[in-house]
Amino acid sequence: MAVNVLSPGLLTTIQDMGRPGYYHLGIPIGGAMDRMALRCANLLVGNDENAAGLEAVFTGPELEFTGEATVAVTGAELPPKLDGTPMECWASFKVKAGQILSFDYLRAGARAYIAISGGIDTPKALGSRSTYAIGALGGVDGRALQAGDVLPLGVATAGNEGKTVPKELRISPGNPAELRVLPGLYWHRITEDSGERFFAESWKVAGEADRMGYRFQGGTPLEFIDREPPFGAGSDPSNITDACYPYGSIQVPGGTEPIVLHRDAVSGGGYFMIGTVISADMDLIGQLQPHTQTRFVKTDMHGALAARADRARTLNAVREILSM
Amino acid sequence: MTSRYSFGGDEHIFVEVSEDMSLEAFFKSLSITNAVRDAAIKGVTEICPANASFQIKFDPDIVHPDDLMAELKRIEETAEHADAILETRIIEIPVYYQDPWTNETLMRFRERHQDPDSTDIEYAAEINGFSTVDEFIEAHSGSPWFVSMVGFVAGLPFLYQMVDRPRQIQVPKYLRPRTDTPKLTVGYGGCFSCIYSVRGAGGYQMFGITPMPIYDPAQEVTYLKDFMVFFKPGDIVKWKPIGREEYDQAVADVEAGRFMPRMKEVTFSLEEFNRDIDGTNAKLLEALNGC
Repeated sequence: MAVNVLSPGLLTTIQDMGRPGYYHLGIPIGGAMDRMALRCANLLVGNDENAAGLEAVFTGPELEFTGEATVAVTGAELPPKLDGTPMECWASFKVKAGQILSFDYLRAGARAYIAISGGIDTPKALGSRSTYAIGALGGVDGRALQAGDVLPLGVATAGNEGKTVPKELRISPGNPAELRVLPGLYWHRITEDSGERFFAESWKVAGEADRMGYRFQGGTPLEFIDREPPFGAGSDPSNITDACYPYGSIQVPGGTEPIVLHRDAVSGGGYFMIGTVISADMDLIGQLQPHTQTRFVKTDMHGALAARADRARTLNAVREILSM
Repeated sequence: MTSRYSFGGDEHIFVEVSEDMSLEAFFKSLSITNAVRDAAIKGVTEICPANASFQIKFDPDIVHPDDLMAELKRIEETAEHADAILETRIIEIPVYYQDPWTNETLMRFRERHQDPDSTDIEYAAEINGFSTVDEFIEAHSGSPWFVSMVGFVAGLPFLYQMVDRPRQIQVPKYLRPRTDTPKLTVGYGGCFSCIYSVRGAGGYQMFGITPMPIYDPAQEVTYLKDFMVFFKPGDIVKWKPIGREEYDQAVADVEAGRFMPRMKEVTFSLEEFNRDIDGTNAKLLEALNGC
């Protein structure tokens, strides 16, 4: 049983929950940008939550099935079609041998997750099937899907058609999107006024927005506090002695355009960071289209942990409903 | 040196050992991260040492951020007194300075550079007070370098020049980063040299290229069969200038599975190094070149 890639869509990659443990060598965790969406898709088709599925950006692939399978599409509203017949998002449906899965145009969000019963069974690299294209690791030969690829599938459990994730349990960013941020790291390098303005102003997702990071534009450049450049840092006020970058950290090269690092983050570098998007809101970033209005909302550790617990409760509710 | 602790969201603790780069800061960061690894704290998932700082990633469902922060501060107190002695290796890395490929690339991005009328290496030589590029290459390749961080992208080493501060080369990064850098470019930014392990964006000045792969996800390169990343923090590097012929030969040797980097086990003591920099370096090079 396999899936033939007839057309890959704009940018479709194999992703699972990533490969932790190699960030100290510059190899990022990777995996689905919207992890909750991939978990839901996997649960819908009876897979392990960590199974590998497809992450499709803006447009969907065209896939031909050589055998029977159960499929679910979650995340972005990218409506699936089976032999041309519209199917529901966030719901599992049966696909028969020879049928073709394609997609209508994007209605909302940025990344759709396609889970297939059995999970995609390409070889693991450093413990994960996730595609890290910069390092040519995972996926199919370390790259995004191409027409003509054949995706092997693992062993499926049957009987998972007709399941749905209720609307109230689907998580998607609002408009304007709100990303909660824990200030810190090199926050002390900017003036108090500048810091307040960063949170007060509205930003817009720039064209440079991918698995490595999301760039934002439209706010006022940051005001730095004067200093002697530390030895080794470089002369720009936004330079630091090259250090590690947390996932979700917000660096602002030159003080102008904030970049939030995501799953395929560069592991370190020489730009200062003013804080970090909390873990609960990382999934939302994966669903932001360019030009989306975005507010950064200041929170504290208490708020971050409460939001994380809230997300965990939602996931548990999905698990319960789909296990019935 | 007083370390500065900060949370990076709810999953990271970021510790800046020193704002300035120095081998003292690197060794302190290394000894703390080693102690954190030995402590095997539940919930810690990634331990990343950097040049003069480090980062711990953790699962806040398993260990409370405040508890982990307190534990790290306790570990710092004991680790601080560890001897700065490292069992490591010195590796000779061939470099084809002023090669045609980085030259073609730097010409494409001239408008992003401080001095559009010169090449990256001409600019670096001039602002560091060298009258010729050859003298600059002699300085860059004359003394050993210390791998003080691995990262940015897969397996990329940051290298710190093992000379006293007045002699250290410093070069600013490009005004705006390039969108392209040839694979295995030997670069420079701030006080660090680097080797771009993969092709991609970059802001460091480009001086040359090495024929020696340092990252191989397919693990076909002879010396990368055990693990796909070559460098680790604490490695010592000696650049060896080579010309086109030697470069082509080395590339052919890599392809044929014949290339093995020249490499020797050495012990490095920070105290000994600080007492006599040139003497320590001479001993390291002796170890590299001896039989």
